[in-house]
Amino acid sequence: MSALLNVNKMTHYFGGLRAVHNYNLTIEPHQITGLIGPNGAGKTTIFNLITGVYTPTEGAITLENENIKGLETNEIAAKGLGRTFQNLALWRHMTVLDHIKMAHYSQLSYGLMGAFFNTRKCRQQEARVEENAYRLLELFDIKQHADQLVTNLSYGAQRRVEMARAMATNPKILFLDEPTAGMTPDELVQMIKIIQQVHQDFDVAIFLIEHRMKFVMELCQYIQTLVFGELIAEGPPEEIQNNPEVIEAYLGKEDLT
Amino acid sequence: MEALTEFIPYILQNLINALQRGSFYAVISIGYSMVYGVLMLFNFAHGDIFMLGTYIGFGIATLFLTLFAGFLPGPVIFIATVVITMFLASWIGVFVEVAGYRPLRSAPRASAAITGLMIGIIFETGILILLGAKRLSFPPLMESIAYNIGGVYFTNVKVLIIILSLFLMLALHTFIQRTKWGMAMRAMSYDFLAVPLMGVSINVMAPLTFAIGAGLAAVAGILYGQAYPILDPYMGVLIGWKAFVAAILGGRGSIKGAALAGYLLGFIEIFVATIFPSTLRDLIAYSIILLILTYRPRGFFGMEHSTKLRL
Repeated sequence: MSALLNVNKMTHYFGGLRAVHNYNLTIEPHQITGLIGPNGAGKTTIFNLITGVYTPTEGAITLENENIKGLETNEIAAKGLGRTFQNLALWRHMTVLDHIKMAHYSQLSYGLMGAFFNTRKCRQQEARVEENAYRLLELFDIKQHADQLVTNLSYGAQRRVEMARAMATNPKILFLDEPTAGMTPDELVQMIKIIQQVHQDFDVAIFLIEHRMKFVMELCQYIQTLVFGELIAEGPPEEIQNNPEVIEAYLGKEDLT
Repeated sequence: MEALTEFIPYILQNLINALQRGSFYAVISIGYSMVYGVLMLFNFAHGDIFMLGTYIGFGIATLFLTLFAGFLPGPVIFIATVVITMFLASWIGVFVEVAGYRPLRSAPRASAAITGLMIGIIFETGILILLGAKRLSFPPLMESIAYNIGGVYFTNVKVLIIILSLFLMLALHTFIQRTKWGMAMRAMSYDFLAVPLMGVSINVMAPLTFAIGAGLAAVAGILYGQAYPILDPYMGVLIGWKAFVAAILGGRGSIKGAALAGYLLGFIEIFVATIFPSTLRDLIAYSIILLILTYRPRGFFGMEHSTKLRL
């Protein structure tokens, strides 16, 4: 079985600044991979490069052996790549239900004429989307907020809306950019459960950026450590946890004097 | 008592005039707001798109009237003119987006604004070269019938302008609320970044938005031609700027706000003209609007904008 996502020797420059250097990544189907590293290491840049927000200067990216480098973000998304953002990218004055419906955009194939005449195909598709949306809302524990504007929800609930929205696009691989940022300890525990459940219920691989070690160690099967745009260590959690270079990057060099 | 019986028809009369005037501003200003909502830029060529739409409407109307007058009933010719003009004018919107704004999508917004102004000038001078400086007169698409109900005068044309404008805005509202494209447009006005991740192509949404704005402006042009049947290449400038003011007053990116502000503008202009000399109309009307904006710079339905610096 071949890898789901493959990134090979990806390098990216912003002007003269080398933000990412020789980055490699292989994600197998159904695998949870973590990307850790200090602030400014280039973690979010890597997300942006793979999801098509920027096109990498060098390197290759394939999803299920198909090249996705240089495609538009919407084309990459349609091929099965879902994503959440570090600082929530929600549509503040739209309802929770509308968020999930919107995420079904690619699955609605009716045309302008179909919408104009409200054809049977159009109605059927809309009904199916609504049904699927409610199923997701239930799974992410936000069904009770379905008709509320997202801006009125708690921060934790907003994060869950964003994740439900990403899952509604039916991704093969889900990118989570700091899914627990700004969460209370209770919300954190709930988030771990939700991610585990999503992983269990859907046939989806997960790639996540995270700062809280406990969270990463508990969830991930494989971890990469990025410092100044370069990978300094990768492997299973136990290995990373005890790697002196990783400890140094996070805590600074041990002072022996 | 007698003063009252004269006063009420007088007010009603002005209300109808204000509604007609407001209809033009409302329908045109929606084009500014929609584009701003989706792409965060004001399309300063919009007034001239209105002008081009009016010329297209003029062409289609003249063609149909010479070909079919007598064979086809008036309403059929009118509807056909509106539909075909809308269709053709929407391609102008697509052209402006693809040729003018798309190459500048990641450029500073000021560059896009200047491009818009340039496109407007190109359209104006283009028409000037093509058709000359002679003013043309828009042929009436229906026989004007005047009514007098209790001292209030109005024509069927006026009623049609008001009703058709309302109908178009309601149709647009339904489109925005009910269809997937409308939903994508709303989403883009709140957060641009997440929309492509839903599989929505900006290169589809942007021209679609421009097309709708241009189509609406063209219908406004036909209706304008029925009310004030004179066409000249610079007719879009003043009305374009006024509609832009309405879009700002309504709140950047708010379609509902643009429509309401368009009507408000119509009301202010008409009622100022009933009190003050008409030469001072714009001066006083727009001073009032300036005053409103001083106390409410966001406009009626404008959102606070936080510019995102990173993804």
